[in-house]
Amino acid sequence: MATREVIKFLSNPKIGGKRDKYCRFRKFGIKHIDYKDADFLEQFVNEQGKVLPRRITGNSLKYQRRVSSAIKRARHLALMPYVTDLLK
Amino acid sequence: MRNYEVTFIVDPTLSSDEIKSAAKKYVDTIKGAGKIVHIDELGLRQLAYPIKRRNTGIYYCVEFEAANGESIPDLELAMTRDDAILRFLSVRLDKHGVKYNEDKRAGKIGKIVKKKKKEEEPQHKRKGKPRGNNNNNKRKSSDNAPAKKADAKPKEEVKA
Repeated sequence: MATREVIKFLSNPKIGGKRDKYCRFRKFGIKHIDYKDADFLEQFVNEQGKVLPRRITGNSLKYQRRVSSAIKRARHLALMPYVTDLLK
Repeated sequence: MRNYEVTFIVDPTLSSDEIKSAAKKYVDTIKGAGKIVHIDELGLRQLAYPIKRRNTGIYYCVEFEAANGESIPDLELAMTRDDAILRFLSVRLDKHGVKYNEDKRAGKIGKIVKKKKKEEEPQHKRKGKPRGNNNNNKRKSSDNAPAKKADAKPKEEVKA
């Protein structure tokens, strides 16, 4: 009989666990977010065109703020929609 | 000196001469206030939503250098009064923004390739280049995860 102590080490604890989130702007050294690049910004919105929260994108606070302001600028210039369905 | 960027959308239903003269008018006013760094003509684009019943627009983006932002309220006032301009946006660029625009002009910043080159991407990523290619990270790692899970489950059962 395998004891509880042994079973603990039999399976890889990382399997099925959550992946590490990270801020891609910090990791890849992106300093400026262009509001004219709608294709890039599309990754940070859901299919309704709403900004995704930080807990999903993993952005740091500083870059989440910049992403959201870039998205708002893109919306103003009609590069991205304010409201929509099936964006992706 | 500060760097600014003015983006505006010109009505596409005007004749091409009128469009050019409208754009030139604002470029000239900007020239009077400071030094123009670059004029980017993005051309005819689909609007994400209709503005003044137009579904397309001609985009212009002018980057310029000026001692201060005194000229911008005048420019914006002229644009709001002008029927040929559908939308405009003026922003101040910080040093990263200036560098980004330089790099973009030099062709260092690539566009995103959507989900095509799955094998090649990890190599690009590690170079730490300024932009692009960083994008499909999430999806890729999620592709690997389910496979591992499937392998792991049978083992557990055996040992228990």
